[in-house]
Amino acid sequence: MTRDTRAHPYTPARAAPEQSSDEAALVRRLKAGDEAAFEQLILSASPRLLALARRMMSREEDARDAVQDAFLSAFKSIDRFDGRSQLTTWLHRITVNACLMKRRSQRRRPERSIEDLLPQFLDDGHHRSPARPWKTPPADSLEQAETLDLVRARIDELPEPYREIIILRDIEELDTDETASLLDLSAAAVKTRLHRARQALRTLLDPHFAEEQP
Amino acid sequence: MTNHHDITCRELAEFIADYLDHTLPADIAREFDRHLAVCPSCVAYIESYKQTIRLGKAAFAQAEAPADASAPQAILNAVRAARKSAR
Repeated sequence: MTRDTRAHPYTPARAAPEQSSDEAALVRRLKAGDEAAFEQLILSASPRLLALARRMMSREEDARDAVQDAFLSAFKSIDRFDGRSQLTTWLHRITVNACLMKRRSQRRRPERSIEDLLPQFLDDGHHRSPARPWKTPPADSLEQAETLDLVRARIDELPEPYREIIILRDIEELDTDETASLLDLSAAAVKTRLHRARQALRTLLDPHFAEEQP
Repeated sequence: MTNHHDITCRELAEFIADYLDHTLPADIAREFDRHLAVCPSCVAYIESYKQTIRLGKAAFAQAEAPADASAPQAILNAVRAARKSAR
């Protein structure tokens, strides 16, 4: 599996370097209720958190609301921040939670059953319809943009629990344990759900990418 | 598709993620390799599964809107207002 090499805002807590003295000072000011410190944090951290929320939410307005909710939640619970992870990592997790809460509270259209999107097999274990190779994605930037729009639309068609696990594991690249903790699932359940989500997304993309029958 | 292998396409599809993560026991992974050597359908399936993951990542890497210079200030104003009304 190729890992995305773009700069990523999320750093797992266990890999976090020691808290810098600047950050420790900022945390002390936050815990003391220093308004200027809160404002400094919002102005410096919100671009990254907004980018994260945009990946998780379909609408810009919802992304901004989720980031706002995340800051309010963070300021309420700053006394519980223990410094074992970086402040940005802690805020990232709170923002993921705010996005998950917001998505779940929104009324959504009836969802397809995941079973309909999983591969089908004959009684003897062979594929019901043999899988066809996929075409190489277009190199042309305009076509590429259209392709990626299509992929985002298909991800949005997934039942919500499967959409959210694709976002957390494959896009935000949270590890299995972190995802399990956020979703209140076992690690085994995260792995199973992620695999099913990828299979379902593959089914939705297949008509667009499979080579024509000879 | 062929009958000349020990595991079925269904079993392979069930454990693709473990196969790609190299977390399968070595003997089972070898059975996967043997199956893939004789089953073009599973080869196509596993390649398209990998491409699905790549496309998902690419779709959201491109989805980030250009930085909006006014956004942090707007969020700050909204948080200020929310905290004020909560007092």
